[in-house]
Amino acid sequence: MKYIDEYRDPELARKLLDEIRRKATRHWTVMEICGGQTHSIIRNGIDQLLPECIELVHGPGCPVCVTPLESIERALAIAGREEVIFTSFGDMLRVPGNSRDLLMVRSEGGDVRILFSPLEALQIARDNPSKEVVFFAVGFETTAPANAMAVWQANREGIENFSVLVSQVMVPPAMRAILSSPGNRVQGFLAAGHVCAVMGYQEYEPVAREFQVPIVPTGFEPVDLLAGILKTVELLEEGRAEVVNRYGRVVSREGNRVAQEIINQVFEVTDRQWRGIGLIAGSGLGLREAFARYDAEKKFNVAHIRAEESSLCMSGSVLQGMLKPGGCPAFARECTPEHPLGATMVSSEGACAAYYNYHLK
Amino acid sequence: MTITPLCPAPIMQHETVQMAHGAGGRLSQALMQRIFMPHLHNTFLDLLDDQAKLDLPPGRIAFTTDTYVVSPMFFPGGNIGELAINGTVNDLAVGGAKPLYLSAGFVLEEGLPLSELELIVKSMAEAARQAGVMIVTGDTKVVGKGQCDRIFINTSGIGIIREGVNLSCRNLKPGDSIILSGTVGDHGMAIMTSREGLSFQSRITSDCAALNSMIGAILDVAPTSIHAMRDPTRGGVAATLNELASSSSMGIAINEITIPVKPEVRGACELLGIDPLHVANEGKLVVAVAAEEAEKVLRTMHSSEHGRGAVIIGSVVNDHPGMVVMLTAFGSRRIIDLPLGEQLPRIC
Repeated sequence: MKYIDEYRDPELARKLLDEIRRKATRHWTVMEICGGQTHSIIRNGIDQLLPECIELVHGPGCPVCVTPLESIERALAIAGREEVIFTSFGDMLRVPGNSRDLLMVRSEGGDVRILFSPLEALQIARDNPSKEVVFFAVGFETTAPANAMAVWQANREGIENFSVLVSQVMVPPAMRAILSSPGNRVQGFLAAGHVCAVMGYQEYEPVAREFQVPIVPTGFEPVDLLAGILKTVELLEEGRAEVVNRYGRVVSREGNRVAQEIINQVFEVTDRQWRGIGLIAGSGLGLREAFARYDAEKKFNVAHIRAEESSLCMSGSVLQGMLKPGGCPAFARECTPEHPLGATMVSSEGACAAYYNYHLK
Repeated sequence: MTITPLCPAPIMQHETVQMAHGAGGRLSQALMQRIFMPHLHNTFLDLLDDQAKLDLPPGRIAFTTDTYVVSPMFFPGGNIGELAINGTVNDLAVGGAKPLYLSAGFVLEEGLPLSELELIVKSMAEAARQAGVMIVTGDTKVVGKGQCDRIFINTSGIGIIREGVNLSCRNLKPGDSIILSGTVGDHGMAIMTSREGLSFQSRITSDCAALNSMIGAILDVAPTSIHAMRDPTRGGVAATLNELASSSSMGIAINEITIPVKPEVRGACELLGIDPLHVANEGKLVVAVAAEEAEKVLRTMHSSEHGRGAVIIGSVVNDHPGMVVMLTAFGSRRIIDLPLGEQLPRIC
């Protein structure tokens, strides 16, 4: 398959691994930001193939994982309402709140639908004028443009029975939070390719300078990941705290200006809770005042709903790279994909689920 | 002035299923005569008794049942009717039985177009004919609008198990070869991509097929060295291999590069973030066979219409009992676990 097979070429992968072995002279800890990268690394066993001195730690870049418990509880409250058609990307449906998930709401008669694009939700709103259609707008900078587009379009057409429950987060503030943490072990980053496709990589240059870490925008296929790891190791060995792009077929320094423009029109930077991590200042996106009538939290008056995390769950440490999933006492015991305590066990991109599903114990 | 006394007679020629079609009266009879009997009639059904009276050949009897609720009921490569025949035929055949007789129970939603029902019944008759089985008894119920999704079909089946054949998931032996009869994920992806809401189109068609003739052929050549067979339906090849491993308390090691996936199925799986090993098949077979007989079984499968793409994908091992482990194309190893519930597409 074009654009996939060439990046899964075992021969090319072996060459890159040899090169990494040759270049690495000491122990380095590298974090892959994105859950999609974590999934691919574990699924393809890349961690098993790397020399022992290269340690990969798994970052917070899984939107399902970091969506705070209270957003889930708010989604459940809205989805259970009779007049609501609640729409979401598929993997949010299984994320547990305190005791229920969206699949359970659906089984109780709630109209909960899986969509592939927020613009489909807008179409459902046009087709069902007597219903309130809500889209669960979660994700990083990758989902923000399409989610913003849906709101912008609703506003342009004057569609009033549409709203979004927003839990948008951004990568650079999370990287700063990880690097500022006293327990930080991360020495270099693989930046998330898809996020960089939207935002470009120039916004990582100040982070690299300020914290003296190399940052390498990287793709998701095995060869992409190994090329990203190799470049990070080279930069670390040479002591260069720079941003070097290794996902050139998708990512440019400036990113996608049109996508950035629509994000800026509809959203503004806000503080945001991250599940397992807590509040990170300036790390989220919320609707601008001009679009406030599309805010489902306001429309359905659910902003007061708060929720507490399981005290057993250590996903916060996992998401910050301080703990490997297997190091959590609840891993594969109290916490499994069937009974997840935290979201890192729910999403297929969550580090705990990836370890549980693919990793040889 | 003449008055013509007109007593309005009830409408008998409906275009859609009515509640009265299931009430046991005239409309029920009309449904039998118009839709079911013309296609399904045989010496057993023609008697219109409440039961079929069967003379079975000697041997152990295999008995199975399954209910079919697939939506959409017509999908690329098949429909719910032929699925209901082939699925039950396959469930008998993988136990080493020659499938003989089937029952068919229908739950119809009020308003279902009779023309669509007829297409389904017709393809059931055709599938039964191809598989060499007879539908010998049946039942029809009608439920109100919204009480079922257009049509549900239950089929049960009986077959006679061949002398000397003893197939069970518990019979796996270390060193057995694991054979897969062809590409994975065709049925599940045909269904998923034909549902509403997906904004891409595909040419993927279901692999829905009866496997009893191929299974008969491989049991002819290796009656005792085939240890277990399964058709990897829901949960895909991953679920089937896990069942084999855990029932036998043996490990199964498979090799990623040997697993056949059609490019279009792979493409759709990539887009949706779904593992083809977790996707349902309806015309595929997994065989555990003693290694020394594996080539012979493979050759026999290759000469069958539904086994042309058969390959050895791995073997039974003493390591990691109860677990399925895959050697990746890169030389690393990972666990192949059971899929968790419904397949949910990823966010990004």
